[in-house]
Amino acid sequence: MRINFVLNGEPRRVECDPDRRVVDLLREELGLTGVKEACGAGECGACTVLVDGQARLSCLMLAAQLEGRELTTIEGLAAAGQTLDPLPASFVETGAVQCGFCTPGMVLSARALLERAPAPSRREIRQGLSGNLCRCTGYQKIIDAVELAAARGRGDEPWPR
Amino acid sequence: MNPRGFQDGRKTSRDGDLAKARGLEMFAADRYGAGMLWAGVRRAGVAHAAIEGVDTSRALAAPGVVAALTHADIKGSNRQGVIQRDQPVLADDRVRHRGDAVALVVAETRQALAAALELISLQLSELPAVFDPDQALAKGAPIIHPGHAGGNLLLGGRVETGRGEAVLAECAAMVEAEYRLPWQEHAYLETEAGWAIQEDDGRLIIVSSTQTPFRDRQEVAEALGLDPARLRMIAPPTGGAFGGKDGVSVQSLLALAALACPGRPIKMWWSREESFLASPKRHRARLRYRLGADSQGRFQALAAEIVYDTGPYDHLGGAVLTLGLEHAGGPYRIPNALIEARAVYTNNPVSGAFRGFGVPQVAAAMEMTVDLLAAKLGRDPLDLRRLNAVRRGDIIAPGVTLTGSTEIGQCLDRLEAHDLWRGRRAWKEAAGPFQRRGVGVAAVMHAVGYGPMVPDVGNAKIELGADGVFSLFCGVVEMGQGNSATYGLLAERVLGQEPGSVRLIQPDTDRCLPSGSASASRTTFTFGNAVLGAATLLRERLLARAADALLGVAPAEMALLPGRVRHLPTGKELPLDLLARLMTPEQRVAVHRHRAPASTQRPSADPVLQMHGLPHEVFSFGAVLAAVEIDELTGRLRVERLITAVDCGGLIDPLLAERQVEGAVVQGLGYGLYEEFLAREGRVLSPDLATYIIPTALDAPEMETVFVPGHEESGPLGLKGVGEVGIDGPLPALANALRDAVGDCPRRFPLTPERVLEALAGAGERGGRP
Repeated sequence: MRINFVLNGEPRRVECDPDRRVVDLLREELGLTGVKEACGAGECGACTVLVDGQARLSCLMLAAQLEGRELTTIEGLAAAGQTLDPLPASFVETGAVQCGFCTPGMVLSARALLERAPAPSRREIRQGLSGNLCRCTGYQKIIDAVELAAARGRGDEPWPR
Repeated sequence: MNPRGFQDGRKTSRDGDLAKARGLEMFAADRYGAGMLWAGVRRAGVAHAAIEGVDTSRALAAPGVVAALTHADIKGSNRQGVIQRDQPVLADDRVRHRGDAVALVVAETRQALAAALELISLQLSELPAVFDPDQALAKGAPIIHPGHAGGNLLLGGRVETGRGEAVLAECAAMVEAEYRLPWQEHAYLETEAGWAIQEDDGRLIIVSSTQTPFRDRQEVAEALGLDPARLRMIAPPTGGAFGGKDGVSVQSLLALAALACPGRPIKMWWSREESFLASPKRHRARLRYRLGADSQGRFQALAAEIVYDTGPYDHLGGAVLTLGLEHAGGPYRIPNALIEARAVYTNNPVSGAFRGFGVPQVAAAMEMTVDLLAAKLGRDPLDLRRLNAVRRGDIIAPGVTLTGSTEIGQCLDRLEAHDLWRGRRAWKEAAGPFQRRGVGVAAVMHAVGYGPMVPDVGNAKIELGADGVFSLFCGVVEMGQGNSATYGLLAERVLGQEPGSVRLIQPDTDRCLPSGSASASRTTFTFGNAVLGAATLLRERLLARAADALLGVAPAEMALLPGRVRHLPTGKELPLDLLARLMTPEQRVAVHRHRAPASTQRPSADPVLQMHGLPHEVFSFGAVLAAVEIDELTGRLRVERLITAVDCGGLIDPLLAERQVEGAVVQGLGYGLYEEFLAREGRVLSPDLATYIIPTALDAPEMETVFVPGHEESGPLGLKGVGEVGIDGPLPALANALRDAVGDCPRRFPLTPERVLEALAGAGERGGRP
């Protein structure tokens, strides 16, 4: 079937089977391999994308569900907003990236969190990211990163360089 | 073709990390493209069986199937393994666990592949199986490798020092206990993945998520009967590994598929369930400990009996056993000891390398036993550890003299001075209704590098490109530690270049030089020294060539500066791109081999133990302080604070070191509290991340990491390895904190609410339910 949606700010028309998983559509056909898959069952959060600004698991979504929606992947994070998103650089600065396989999903879940709570407490950040598993970092530096990005987003902290 | 999968030109940790945070890093699993085939395997599904036949004809006839292969299609030894080559690529005469691969299918699409795998018909004649190491060693047990001289005993090791266990009877105080530690699954986010292609000239390119590209090349070549020169292995940064990719996973299978389908790129990517079934685990273990001290609390004797369930293949089980044996008595002076360890074949899932490598199990047993002894002596547990902690020159239980930097004393001092320790009584008393609080401590040590026999070698190569930019060819894999960025930093310092100016080339057997595995807390320790050597060599050569170019000035008058060489007396400068053009390509490349120091001590005369790594020369140290709160009604254990003091020698990049410790601590916390990999009769009962529970952001505590000052003479800039030492201490520190809170602690793990409730009921010391 033909599906119309907005991908990373650009209107797209895609011809595909309606039961194609969104993660496969994005990775295999649209070349957006920043969307990771690590469980295929909605357990780990690595495949997180933003659908109309909400964090969603692309391994549990079918292509037909994208009709009329606005989809943002990690590749489109900066492009989607008016300004550069402070999250990726904050992750780097605080040392929140190790192997990096969970990072795109983690960043997008953090973006969704900051949209609904611009000044979250550390506890709220932990809650907001609790659906995204990371096996490398122990999470602490990820929490630091989201705190820093939140402060930058509010203008409380200077941006790097 | 130009293989994707490695990222030339990422220069700093920040560049690499930013690429990952923006979703631009290309992992082994991220390759797609026109004409790409999918490969997958049919796994046995039974724990022990003779193979009478494998019929691939129906699969081969299915739509979209390009090849269906069995062991009969393999021309080489069909055996792989790091030390013992005992694991088939595709099972031939027999199946030894449920995850054994029996047939390989290559298809045009993933759907066609999945359908075809179901059409493979296996004729298996089931054999009696054995799942318990003690039963596997009993008379009449089914033998898993009939050709193995030791029967089901993969390896047994024994070290006796002083007057051995006889001294226990003379001790003023003696305690004993038996512990059981569960399997632990690595649960890296990126499951095993890779892709391969056979090119027109017959060469095979294999890009995979691996810790060991050079060793993989040798293993794949032997198993498939190929000239190693025909194989090019490329290792992009892994999406997590932790030891689970220290050995072949998809590599031989992809090579076999590529041989059958020349010219087509072929991808293999294991599902989460397949990864849990077929990848190695941390060995489950049973440990019986007896520890004795004199009336002053000085440790006098240790008897330790350790049994590791290694599953059906060695993987690295013998080496895991040997490291466990070496660390069995922890960082303490113990003059008399008998340490016996066995690694036993069973039909369970395979066990092998996992960050810690046999040490977390013995550290758990030793550190819980030390607390039992402290209780018996009426001593403060931290104070008892300080009394017995090693200093440089002391001898640990297996008879190894510590000749390298040894700062466990400083680690314990820092914990003792910490406000959590000083204020623990008040904090515990402030517990709310139905809550109990406790504070526990643990002290650990962790060897750095391979040991005396297997050369621990790094070969660094640095090139000044024709464009005047330096490239560093990394021989060991980047798996998230930031090690390649550290190599870049070391090279930049020696070459006088700006941070981030050296181009990092990730491991590729055609371009980089063999430098061993990314494991054993060795990468920066060994390869960092190789980088310093290569950079120094290249600097001297560049200065000499520049001096010649400036008509015979002395090299000592020259300085290598960012992008240029300057003759200091006259101020004349030569840009690096110009200098590069004055040199041949060979002159612009410097290579340095570094071998890490190998111990000459022989605590055991057994050459097999030496070959498996006993003893080491350099150790990192650590101590953990954990504060927990227990809910009496639900058995819930909450980690309130966790402080880790680490001696890893000098620090090159403190943030990278802290990352390593925090990550290891939370893996260790998961090991202690949540992670219960279950198998019954070899069948995995925790097949996914919904049933195998790793810590989430809500489970991990706020952590504090303290690095004590230290300097290891043999390390680059005084550094020792920091990749593993953080994982050894959390489990026993948490267990000791639980004991401090409720007066009792289970000896089975993880510390689930059920087990905590049993401890509250006083059943823990009797062992509790299995």
